[in-house]
Amino acid sequence: MTATVDDVVARYEPVIGLETHVELGTVSKMFCGCSTEFGADPNTHTCAVCLGLPGALPVANAAAIEATIRIGLALNCSIAQWCRFARKNYFYPDMPKNFQTSQYDEPLCVEGYLNVEVDGRTVRVGIERVHLEEDTGKNTHVGGATGRIHGADYSLVDYNRAGIPLVEIVTKPVPGVGALAPEVARAYVTELRDILRTLGVSDVRMEQGSLRCDVNTSLNRPGEAWGTRTETKNVNSLRSVERAVRSEMLRQAEVLDGGGRVLQETRHFNETSGDTRPGRSKEEATDYRYFPEPDLVPMAPDPTWVESLRADLPELPAARRARTRAALGVDEADLAQMSNAGVVDLVAATVDAGAPVGEARNWWLGYLAQLANARGIEAAELEITPGQVARLIELVAAGTLSTALARQAVDGVLETGSDVDVVVAERGLKVVSDTGALAAAADEAIAANPEVAEKVRGGKIAAVGALVGAVMKSTRGQADAAAVRAILLERLGVDES
Amino acid sequence: MPDFTEDATPTGRISREDVAHLARLARLAVTDDELQLFASQLDVILGSVARVGEVAAADVPPTSHAVPLVNVYRADEVRPSLPRAAVLAGAPSVEDEKFRVPRILSEEA
Repeated sequence: MTATVDDVVARYEPVIGLETHVELGTVSKMFCGCSTEFGADPNTHTCAVCLGLPGALPVANAAAIEATIRIGLALNCSIAQWCRFARKNYFYPDMPKNFQTSQYDEPLCVEGYLNVEVDGRTVRVGIERVHLEEDTGKNTHVGGATGRIHGADYSLVDYNRAGIPLVEIVTKPVPGVGALAPEVARAYVTELRDILRTLGVSDVRMEQGSLRCDVNTSLNRPGEAWGTRTETKNVNSLRSVERAVRSEMLRQAEVLDGGGRVLQETRHFNETSGDTRPGRSKEEATDYRYFPEPDLVPMAPDPTWVESLRADLPELPAARRARTRAALGVDEADLAQMSNAGVVDLVAATVDAGAPVGEARNWWLGYLAQLANARGIEAAELEITPGQVARLIELVAAGTLSTALARQAVDGVLETGSDVDVVVAERGLKVVSDTGALAAAADEAIAANPEVAEKVRGGKIAAVGALVGAVMKSTRGQADAAAVRAILLERLGVDES
Repeated sequence: MPDFTEDATPTGRISREDVAHLARLARLAVTDDELQLFASQLDVILGSVARVGEVAAADVPPTSHAVPLVNVYRADEVRPSLPRAAVLAGAPSVEDEKFRVPRILSEEA
């Protein structure tokens, strides 16, 4: 039996909520001057402040505060006129200070919303709060058979990440979206990511952990109070956000159908199996003993400054999309298709870079979408820029590349990170239009495959495909297949018409 | 100087269980005798703080800082970190240039 989300919503109503952590793209840490560069040698970006050594005095990073307020403004939040940092006390080696500097009951930004579009429907996701805190160090568990924590004999800690500015964005619960809940969750994180990218406050790379998501899910019977929620952590791609909600809906429905009750717990999303597993259940209720951070003075953003930040916000993705729709002049169905594939902005940017709309659309919905799918990522996450795609389209239009060669060039760009023209030059990608060379290759193919040649001469024209393949192979895909076919038929004395 | 002794009678503001809970959160080993002792001492301290609260009038807002400063920030500029050898010198144990710590339970898998 395979239950579906539709089966679940026939009996239950889901409520979802999302907590998103974003590492800001500042060059220095939140409370000290250590570098935030990713991938540095372990423990080379640490100092007295981020290690919490006695007597160290933290000072907040002005750029991080500005970035957080800009995020709040882009999410339609009110900005606090006065607020403080707070200590969140806990003992865990990922924080050498034994507390995380965070915000508690006085976040920088509150009460906003973000509209997302799913299936032609606009869903308003309420934003509870946006607050600023610091990231933790990175643990490596050693000795466990699986590399996972259970069975680990000890852990190794790198504090380079500890103290990097981290913004937490918390939604209000989102009820009333029924079977769309998984898609709404994904659409929210996608839109949020695009906003953060547009603001330029983070590189928002989920695979590197600069954007991380926790997903809350509960089910209740219609007319009854909201159910007990679970919090799923470890959700590290947009696709996983959607899968995590779907998986929790199915699991909780099965528990409730069986007369059981859902436990309030932390669960971990398993990327491989696509389901969630229970995390460690806490021995006692979490008690972080928050108190106002005495080493940092309160923040009181000047309202005039906040208004100037608001005025200077860039055009946000939703507005840009609306403008793009009009500018591209695509029809609703086309737009919906591009929107579902998450390529509207990419197509628009490719058009901006000089490509015709139709070609840009075909590339992003065609070969590039396939590649993204095969990798389990969004098209926007492919390491190729709209400008590079526009260049490919230009080369095809000029006859320098065939579509097949242009695809090879895409592969090359993705593999090497080099620019299109570099890949084309290095790999010698060029349509062979020298008919003499093609004729020679055709004669070789005919000579090497006499039986096939005989069939074609005898009228089985479809058999010529094998010869075309041989020529394409010998010219390393650089010939125009239609031209090769014509040359082969001509040399075999077959007239198709 | 207020006379703390007049408040020495336990008022139940803090119980042995509260102290045990706090000790557990702070990873402090506290004996049974100490639980009793600390409960009554903390009770006196809380009583004294409560008296300060009574004295503070409506025109004295609660504060977490002794100096009336706001918006003390630093520019987003990289400054030199400590040499790694110095950083790791304070670690109880080191492996692969990382702090080696006992096996830990985690919320992350």
